[in-house]
Amino acid sequence: MEILIQQLFNGLTIGSVYALVALGLTLVYGILHIPNFAHGALYMMGGYITLTMMTRFGLHYWLAIFVSIIVVGLLGVLMERFVFHPLREAPPIHDKIAAIGILLFLEAFAQFYWGAEYQSMPTPYGQIVEVFGLTLTMQRILIVVAAVVVMFILYLFLKKTFTGATIIAMSQNREGANLVGINTNKVAMLTFMISGGLAAIASSLSAPINLVFPGMGHLVILKAFVIIILGGMGSIPGAIVGGYIVGFSESLGATYISNDYKDIIAFLFLVLILTVKPTGLFSKGGSH
Amino acid sequence: MTNVLKQRNVVIILILFALAFPMMTSNTYMIHVMTLSFIWMIGVYGLNLLAGYTGYLSLAHAGFFAIGAYSLGLLTVKAQMNFWLALVLALVITCSIGLVVGAIALRTKEHFFAIYTLCLGYIIYLVIDKWDSLTEGVRGLIGIPAPAPIGPITFETEKAHYYFVLFFLLLVVLIMYRIVHSLSGRTYIAIRNSEDLAQTIGISTKTNKLTVFVLSTFFAGLSGALYASFVRFIGPDIGSTNIVFDLLTYLLVGGIGTLSGPIVGTLLIVWLSQLLQDFQQYRMLIFGPALTLLIIFAPRGIVGAVATWNMNRKLKKYPNNQARSGRSRNDSLVKSEIVPEKQVKEG
Amino acid sequence: MIFLETKQLTKRFGGLVAVNNVDFAIEQGKINAIIGPNGAGKSTFFNLISGFHPPTSGQVIFKGQDITKLPSNKIAELGVARTFQTTNLFEQSTVLDNVIVGHRLRTKSTLVDAILRTPRLKREEAQCREKAMEVLEFVDLQHIAHKPVAGLTQEEKKRTAFALALATDPEIVFLDEPAAGVNPDETEGLAELMKKMVNKGITVCLIEHKMQMIMRIADKIMVLNYGEKIAEGKPEEIQNNETVIKAYLGGSASA
Ligand SMILES: Nc1ncnc2c1ncn2[C@@H]1O[C@H](COP(=O)(O)OP(=O)(O)OP(=O)(O)O)[C@@H](O)[C@H]1O
Ligand SMILES: [Mg+2]
Repeated sequence: MEILIQQLFNGLTIGSVYALVALGLTLVYGILHIPNFAHGALYMMGGYITLTMMTRFGLHYWLAIFVSIIVVGLLGVLMERFVFHPLREAPPIHDKIAAIGILLFLEAFAQFYWGAEYQSMPTPYGQIVEVFGLTLTMQRILIVVAAVVVMFILYLFLKKTFTGATIIAMSQNREGANLVGINTNKVAMLTFMISGGLAAIASSLSAPINLVFPGMGHLVILKAFVIIILGGMGSIPGAIVGGYIVGFSESLGATYISNDYKDIIAFLFLVLILTVKPTGLFSKGGSH
Repeated sequence: MTNVLKQRNVVIILILFALAFPMMTSNTYMIHVMTLSFIWMIGVYGLNLLAGYTGYLSLAHAGFFAIGAYSLGLLTVKAQMNFWLALVLALVITCSIGLVVGAIALRTKEHFFAIYTLCLGYIIYLVIDKWDSLTEGVRGLIGIPAPAPIGPITFETEKAHYYFVLFFLLLVVLIMYRIVHSLSGRTYIAIRNSEDLAQTIGISTKTNKLTVFVLSTFFAGLSGALYASFVRFIGPDIGSTNIVFDLLTYLLVGGIGTLSGPIVGTLLIVWLSQLLQDFQQYRMLIFGPALTLLIIFAPRGIVGAVATWNMNRKLKKYPNNQARSGRSRNDSLVKSEIVPEKQVKEG
Repeated sequence: MIFLETKQLTKRFGGLVAVNNVDFAIEQGKINAIIGPNGAGKSTFFNLISGFHPPTSGQVIFKGQDITKLPSNKIAELGVARTFQTTNLFEQSTVLDNVIVGHRLRTKSTLVDAILRTPRLKREEAQCREKAMEVLEFVDLQHIAHKPVAGLTQEEKKRTAFALALATDPEIVFLDEPAAGVNPDETEGLAELMKKMVNKGITVCLIEHKMQMIMRIADKIMVLNYGEKIAEGKPEEIQNNETVIKAYLGGSASA
């Protein structure tokens, strides 16, 4: 029983991280209809930048995360401007290949600049606490709480501000948005900024309990793709729910099925979904 | 017609060069690198047939490469099977898995297909990595034999192996050439151009796509099997996405959807990487941006750029019929969609 | 004689009823036209007939055979061809190369034939090429057969799309706005071409917004508005139909 609760909490932690990454991915998909294969590289960059800010510049954890959000967000904006924007009319294969190019570059860059070794990130929240008989680290609690706070802020931004409303409008109808005078370029850049920022938050939060290394984004991005297909491409609530579903099933699978194959669970989900419904769950049928 | 003749001459010269290459150098390392690049080319052709000619970007092809390699490795090392039989079986295994995977994967399109195959590739990699009892996991598979001798012909030396691989490469190029220049090739290109249009002119896109998918996994599997018997050692890494990204880079630099692109791109990058030996680990610092820039500015690579240049010359030979260029203002897609509104009033 | 017929054909996209209970009969050897404001459901109606979208309910009957559930490639094999509102031709390729593949559905050679270069493949390739030249001559494009599509005028592209449809050896062709984005002189030429098709025994059904042309060439017109058939009849009947005039003037048109 205790193991079960412990694992459920682990699932909550991993799920929070997944949800944040998937949110960024789904926002970009909603606006530009591109699956950003380079999103995992943004996640990785976020981890490294926070780490560097802390170790080299001695910044506090939170301050380091803030710098990381800005830098990775700007990286996202650059990607939109110089790569995805010029490719918006190109055949569908092109943006994916372009994104893969960016991914390869950023990973090679990380390896070149920071080295290939695994690095651990210090955290001011390393202490262990007991809650209802469970042994938890503060960092894990922090991940869960911070993720919820971030999601809440994002929700407020999208629902309560004009800028947020334009993002929603554009994800529903790009041409329509163009017609009613929304500056679609600005919205696209803003979305990439937010998407990059979310990736940076996710990796900075999870790095202390995992590690920082050039390939740290690989699995996360793949799972984030599974999540947004699970939750509906472009759907914001879908990304959150999907994130927790995958998080929980992984941590339970690791305990009760096999730790070796836990990473496969998410992909089996995906294979199952797309086998049954090739256009993804919750897609509007019949569209071409 | 002179064009065709010229093309044929170029091909003959290239083949002669490939045949003569091992005699021109005594450096076995160069022969080694060349053989390896031939092996990659076969895999790149697999990717090209599917992504370049049919429009489906599969990121699972490193997985099929690995399936080909591991099938051959396991059949020869663990089951002690004759090399040639193992080679045939390895290809049968790869294609069978390709058939099942393709039947499911091809129900999806565009992004979904790319994501789906990326994940499938990862599953294949993970299975190879974790299924210790079969694949030896991260320890890898050692002692894969070179091809068994056929009569007096042996394949022990670098040179012999070079010709052995070259034979398969030429076979693959011949097959590709014939496919592209046949009704089947036209069919695939029609699907790439517009699946909807292809379907309405009576093409069964489902069967055609599946055929292409299986054939492309055949090429990937062949490439993997040749790799296994050439390098003699394989580990799970050959199934990782890095391999498919490498193949993709070769294809894009040379020219996706072109016949000679895989050769041009692979040769260029493999040899460039050799020159930048120390830099090997960081090669993606250059090739990554190259990939992105190419797809934006020269989406059909080196070969495609040359072809476009040729086409533009051809276009100039047929000057636009007078006055028409002035009228073609309303040719743009956007406009012709808005125009009807006004035309309603004509009635 | 009724050639192709729809019975209570309906298509819903979520809450939107794009085509609503449409009964329509197409007569053989005639020019049939479908008109209606933007978004009336005309293209969707074509998509249902050609098997592009499955209808929500209703039937499509071609020469007595129910083709409602057939996939679009099978429908094409039966002799039903179509063009799209936006010509999605392969721009980098020549006109001839674009059209050759149109006859593919009448050939049998497979991938194995291609790899082995069998006599069957060679024969069928020649057959496809011949067919392509024949239809290009029919649409009067033989002189630019080797020109890349990217360099064509809008009208030439429309003609290429016709040629592609004709290469499938159809008995009936559905043309979606064949004269959109084409100037008046050229529109005249395209109208002549449609008459020529009918003379050759091919039944024509077209969607058009250019009323003058429709009124002159169509034998029969159906008017769609908000997915519903609001009128059907000869051109002069349609021109004087109150409901039709209201539909057009009522500003229901929206892109
Ligand atoms: N695949 C689809 N998914 C959802 N809605 C669709 C789809 N195709 C068409 N519609 C909707 O169905 C309605 C009818 O569209 P359709 O294209 O048939 O109109 P149309 O009469 O051809 O108009 P136009 O003259 O502008 O070509 C429109 O409101 C359109 O938005
Ligand atoms: Mg229409």
